[in-house]
Amino acid sequence: MSEAERKDTPEQAEFRAHCRAWLADNHPGKPPVHIPQGALELSDPAALAWLQAWQKAAYDAGLVGADYSKETGGGGMTNCQSIANQEMTRAKTPFFPNIIGLGMAAPTVYFHARDDVKAELLPKLLSGEEIWCQGFSEPGAGSDLANQQTFAEKQGDNWVINGHKVWTSLAHFASWMILLCRTSKEDKYNGLSYFVVPIKEALGNGVTVRPLIKMTGETGFNEVIFDDLVVPDRYRLDDVGAGWKVAMTTLAHERGAGPLTTPSAGGMVTEEDPGAAVGNAASLIELAKQSYRNGKTAADDPVIRDAIMQLIIRQEGFRQNQRRIGVQALNDHPMRIPLQYKLVATEIGQDIAQLAYQIEGAASSLYVNDEHAPAGGQWPLAYMNSFGITIAAGANEVQRNILGERVLGLPKSK
Amino acid sequence: MSQQKNFGFGEDEAMLRDAAAKFFADHASADKIHQQVASDSNIHRDIACIWDRDLWQQITELGWTAACVPEAAGGIGMPLVAAVALAEEAGKAAFPSPLIATFNATFVLNACQSEAATSALGQIAEGKAATLAITNQRGSWEPSDTDVTVADGTLSGTAWFVQDAQKADFFVVAAKGDKGVGLYTVNAGDDGLTIIPDGIIDLTRDQAHITFDNVSATEVAPCGSGDQVLAAALPALLCISAADMVGGGEWLLQTTTEYATTRVQFDRPLGFFQAVKHPLVNVMIDIDQAKSLTYNAACAYAEEPEQAERCARMAKAAASDMAIFSASRAVQFHGGIGFTWECYVHLFFKRQMHNQVLFGDAKYQRAKLADLMMGAAA
Repeated sequence: MSEAERKDTPEQAEFRAHCRAWLADNHPGKPPVHIPQGALELSDPAALAWLQAWQKAAYDAGLVGADYSKETGGGGMTNCQSIANQEMTRAKTPFFPNIIGLGMAAPTVYFHARDDVKAELLPKLLSGEEIWCQGFSEPGAGSDLANQQTFAEKQGDNWVINGHKVWTSLAHFASWMILLCRTSKEDKYNGLSYFVVPIKEALGNGVTVRPLIKMTGETGFNEVIFDDLVVPDRYRLDDVGAGWKVAMTTLAHERGAGPLTTPSAGGMVTEEDPGAAVGNAASLIELAKQSYRNGKTAADDPVIRDAIMQLIIRQEGFRQNQRRIGVQALNDHPMRIPLQYKLVATEIGQDIAQLAYQIEGAASSLYVNDEHAPAGGQWPLAYMNSFGITIAAGANEVQRNILGERVLGLPKSK
Repeated sequence: MSQQKNFGFGEDEAMLRDAAAKFFADHASADKIHQQVASDSNIHRDIACIWDRDLWQQITELGWTAACVPEAAGGIGMPLVAAVALAEEAGKAAFPSPLIATFNATFVLNACQSEAATSALGQIAEGKAATLAITNQRGSWEPSDTDVTVADGTLSGTAWFVQDAQKADFFVVAAKGDKGVGLYTVNAGDDGLTIIPDGIIDLTRDQAHITFDNVSATEVAPCGSGDQVLAAALPALLCISAADMVGGGEWLLQTTTEYATTRVQFDRPLGFFQAVKHPLVNVMIDIDQAKSLTYNAACAYAEEPEQAERCARMAKAAASDMAIFSASRAVQFHGGIGFTWECYVHLFFKRQMHNQVLFGDAKYQRAKLADLMMGAAA
């Protein structure tokens, strides 16, 4: 038995057996189309459709939303999503395309929406039939998230929304958006409110989505313009003026520090070359053995060996931190490790990708569009893409402020 | 076998750890330790071994040193994670005592699996302090490297870098005979044994080299098996030393954070400035990584022996780098006062400097780890 299995509750053990049996028969196999490194890079509708079919199948089998109540389309179980996640990773499945929906929108809706709205929205979110995006960042509100200018004005039973959102991943496919905006100009924080907004049905009628091109040459994120979009009041989450509080629920889950475990799958190597298993420091060893410098393989170079070991140690430390979260007696402050999650994970990922492309040497200059590129050019691409997540969800500099202030109790830096 | 979710850190271990934390808070504040060990700042001061024997007596009576001695030898039989938790608390207090040294000797003796070793473990259970004399003059951490030789049951030569040597009641010595390295115990007062104290930076322990002039010794591991015994115990030693640094790092983090919250410059507490705040967060991150890796390694030592060395080298590497980082940021962010003898930070700074090289620093551990995970370099 593995480390995790040993302490399974009876419910978890039974569920694990179900997941394992289902995955043995229902792994979707090799994709018929090119699948990018992550959901935030999705631009091909065929790739999306294939991944949506996978998410729907996993949802129908109970592997997505296990801990959500049955009324909201979930499995009504306790602490079982992590079991499904472990088994899906073990089975090296594809990732889920509705990553914003599962990781951020679902828990926020679950904790703050009206019951009828939860029942309306969550089943199709969990199944992946409806893709979600997040409307937080604006041209003038990046790390300073509370500086929202998009405005919702109450008109009868509706709200009329005007404004400009940026860096909106998946908006080009999304049916729904979680939206943080201003309902009062009197107070920076207490003037914010939070909505769920049907954007796909309003395209060309109050909503415009335009793709932004990343430094990699990929699309995947967008700007979204609201021009008198009308939204019914029932799609407001929590009270008028409580938007900042609701946003904290979103951000806690985005940073891996919320009460609900995000359904997540993955591990499938999307390219032929094993070097494309991005994000795993141990894969650097194989890469180093295949790469050359100074007349030997890179795996024989003591400096490269040391650098690889540093990353393997950091990644193992990160894993063991997640294990230690569960041991109350070994945690002085309950949020100390959870609030590090995003910061540490993204920086390790970035450093792995950086070292990987450096190990490739001269060949790392070859990009995705060159047939000689090692690992299909995935490592330099992964390195560039890694900045998406060290910046997004509150730049890591903001994360350091949060940790310094909330965990260490240092004075606020503003 | 498989790992436990809680690192094997159960209620008994938590109770022991909490009792230790309270004991150090009551009896070993940084203020008190500083008064005790830092009374003489003269750089050319006489070499001294300063510690509180009464507190040590209390510690042995509380059963800490018996914690990881097997029940068959009269101990409590707790796993390594218990010693790790105690070492973490001792590090947090920068506590001068032979506690760490005795734990190290305990795990080497545990690995001997001989009657004589069990008997020596019984002495530890009864409150005797022990330490390892296994290092040569070049400071090699290889288990087979020793400058001491054994012939007809007597030891000759010199063992170097012996930790807390003047506090120990007996020594576990590595010595080379015709058939290879064996392990032996000798008592501190034995004829022909001379303890020559080293002048060291760390004020919270003593170190010595020990000369053996035909000293009668008790064999605990026969020639030819000593290096394997040491290799088997090494992961435990790495864990204990890493835990000491994790504790020290936490004291440095908390103390520096407190200073950064109260010390005002440019009309703001220091911690307002991100040039101070962000590195302190980085120290916290590095402590947490080292701590989790250390508990993982301690758990693996008990439950996944085939993974023990890999896990322990990771822990010691992470803890060693963290030790220096936490210490350097503490001095730097305390500013001028942090550079003085009167500020307690130097006690921990020096202990971290000392600990990080014991049994090999971070670069050494990573080189060993690379050999394990990648094979030897061509």
